[in-house]
Amino acid sequence: MARKTRAAGSYAGIRGILKGKGSTPLLLCVLLVVISAFIWWLNIPFIEDIFTVSTITLVMVLGFQLFMGNSGILNWSYVGYVGIGAFASAILSLAPQVKALQIPVMYPFLIDLNLPLPLALLGGALVAAFVAALIAWPLMRLSDAVGAITQFALLIVINVLLAQWQQVTNGPRTFTLGGTRLITLWPALGVALVIIIAVFLFKESSLGLRLRASRDDKHAANSSGINVIAVRYFGYVISAAIGGLAGGLYSHYILSITASSFYMGELFLLLSMAVIGGSMSVSGAFFGTVLVVLCQQGLRQLELIMTRGGFEVSGTTEIVVAVLMIVFLVFKPNGISGGGELSLTTLKKRFGFRRTKTLDSKTPNDKEVAEP
Amino acid sequence: MSTTIFAEFLINTLSLGSLYALISLGLVFVYGIMQLVNFAYGEFITVSCYTLYMLGAFTDLPWPLVFLCAILTGVLIGYLSELVAFRPFRGRSLDALLVTSFAISVILQHVFQLAISPRSKAVPLPEFFNYNVELFGVVTPLRSYIIIVTTVILLIGFTFLMRKTVLGVAMRAASENFVAARLMGVPANLVISTAFIISGLLAGIVAIFWSARAGTVEPLMGGAPLLVGFIAVVIGGMHSIPGSVVGGFVYAVIANVLALALPTTMLSFRDAIMFAIVILFLVLKPEGLIRGSYQEERVG
Repeated sequence: MARKTRAAGSYAGIRGILKGKGSTPLLLCVLLVVISAFIWWLNIPFIEDIFTVSTITLVMVLGFQLFMGNSGILNWSYVGYVGIGAFASAILSLAPQVKALQIPVMYPFLIDLNLPLPLALLGGALVAAFVAALIAWPLMRLSDAVGAITQFALLIVINVLLAQWQQVTNGPRTFTLGGTRLITLWPALGVALVIIIAVFLFKESSLGLRLRASRDDKHAANSSGINVIAVRYFGYVISAAIGGLAGGLYSHYILSITASSFYMGELFLLLSMAVIGGSMSVSGAFFGTVLVVLCQQGLRQLELIMTRGGFEVSGTTEIVVAVLMIVFLVFKPNGISGGGELSLTTLKKRFGFRRTKTLDSKTPNDKEVAEP
Repeated sequence: MSTTIFAEFLINTLSLGSLYALISLGLVFVYGIMQLVNFAYGEFITVSCYTLYMLGAFTDLPWPLVFLCAILTGVLIGYLSELVAFRPFRGRSLDALLVTSFAISVILQHVFQLAISPRSKAVPLPEFFNYNVELFGVVTPLRSYIIIVTTVILLIGFTFLMRKTVLGVAMRAASENFVAARLMGVPANLVISTAFIISGLLAGIVAIFWSARAGTVEPLMGGAPLLVGFIAVVIGGMHSIPGSVVGGFVYAVIANVLALALPTTMLSFRDAIMFAIVILFLVLKPEGLIRGSYQEERVG
């Protein structure tokens, strides 16, 4: 690690960032900003809405990828934490009199809570992380099939609690936030940019590196002094926090939520995005989200056209995405990204553009340091 | 009076437990050999239910034939899904298999929605299913006894298959150590296909009794039996076929006791309690009530 930090330190300014691994989050952020600027310029509310939801979904997928990609454990319970964050931030931000009117049975101390939106979003993330921190430790011992079933069981427990705990979530009925929509294109974009950078930093951090080592071979990692349970635990909690944050964004965008929005359907979408993009890399999560969203919206328009033509069709999206996911798993198990990251170096290798050639010749010893 | 209540509880639990035992058997056959928790298993059951609905509502076929067709559809979908979707993943990571089975389940659900209807349909069933029988002072529909008898016959059949036939011995060997069994000349394709066929067969039989209880069929109905199977398999022991049967009965006991003991306000949390029990089992006693031969790998 020390060697790597020194190498990174010797890069000068922006050129250095462009040369090294740092170009990945930069490229993704620039790409996202360019797309948002274009959509803002188009100024079509319908497309802007789709884009905002997709940006929020991107945050969800990034948090999902953070644990699943780096630890290799299928984290079914993730959408549960998204749901916890969504409800928690909604309860925190909603005005007391609105809550008392809508859910008379709600616990009084919950009714009294009232925070401005940014704090409420953070609060949602913290509540999700807190729940994860409370229960996750013993679960982190399990991997493979048993681990997956445990996470699945946990998702069901969380879902039942969200759907039935009337004093907190309004039970099976819809929880309406009302008011004006504060989460629009720009706030969602801002959070997404921060999360892209954060997830990337996590992957490259010491904790992320140890987590990835435990993914590749948990026994080897264990015997080289890595506390596998501990690194998994912290990865899981951070992932839950991002999920909670994304859930808060979602609830304040969509403005009415039920527990069933955070269950199998949503999980399937997140999973398909991570798998199609390639769950091992941040760029994979990014491009997987882009591809699935494009696919989804295209098919939805097609369905609308067909319905207008007299054939009532719905659900083709899920079928196509599911088939696409199986095809990817069979023929390209590491997804679009192939498990690698998008960076100027990989772009140059792929497309051979020569723009950064001068940088190459100038600093011969700044070759990318191989990961230890 | 109290003996009547006890007899009622007993018969109810036995028939429910038989159904749950069949469900978890179908899951554990595939799990034992491939370590795959088949998420699409619930949809195998749904397919058979739809066959019952189609044949029962639109044709005049005699009941035995309708049941046979429903069971055969289950077998067919089990075999086909293995052939088309699971075979390409032979020797690949478990997660890929798990995600694939999840994807197949989603595909089937939406195909039902598109091809048949998103709304639930009433499944016609033979009248003798609902004849009321009085035994030990308890009045229950005849199907409660039919399922108990069916389960007993099936269990005897499977015991014979697994203990006395070459195929059964090969399957037991494969579930203990797949690689070693292959080296000893057990054909992998045959064993895995058989596991899926048995799983589909059980799904077909479960479908008959499940739709008799529920009365209707809808695209998303597969979720409920799948979760039942999950719980029963984990409680009983994931690597043991007798364990899964025991798990089914234990689950029926717990479910019925909770239904009696929980106050009505807490009843909606029953699933949460059941799955919390599942998590506790997985963490504290991952081998289940009946220990199979295979040991789970864990860290720490």
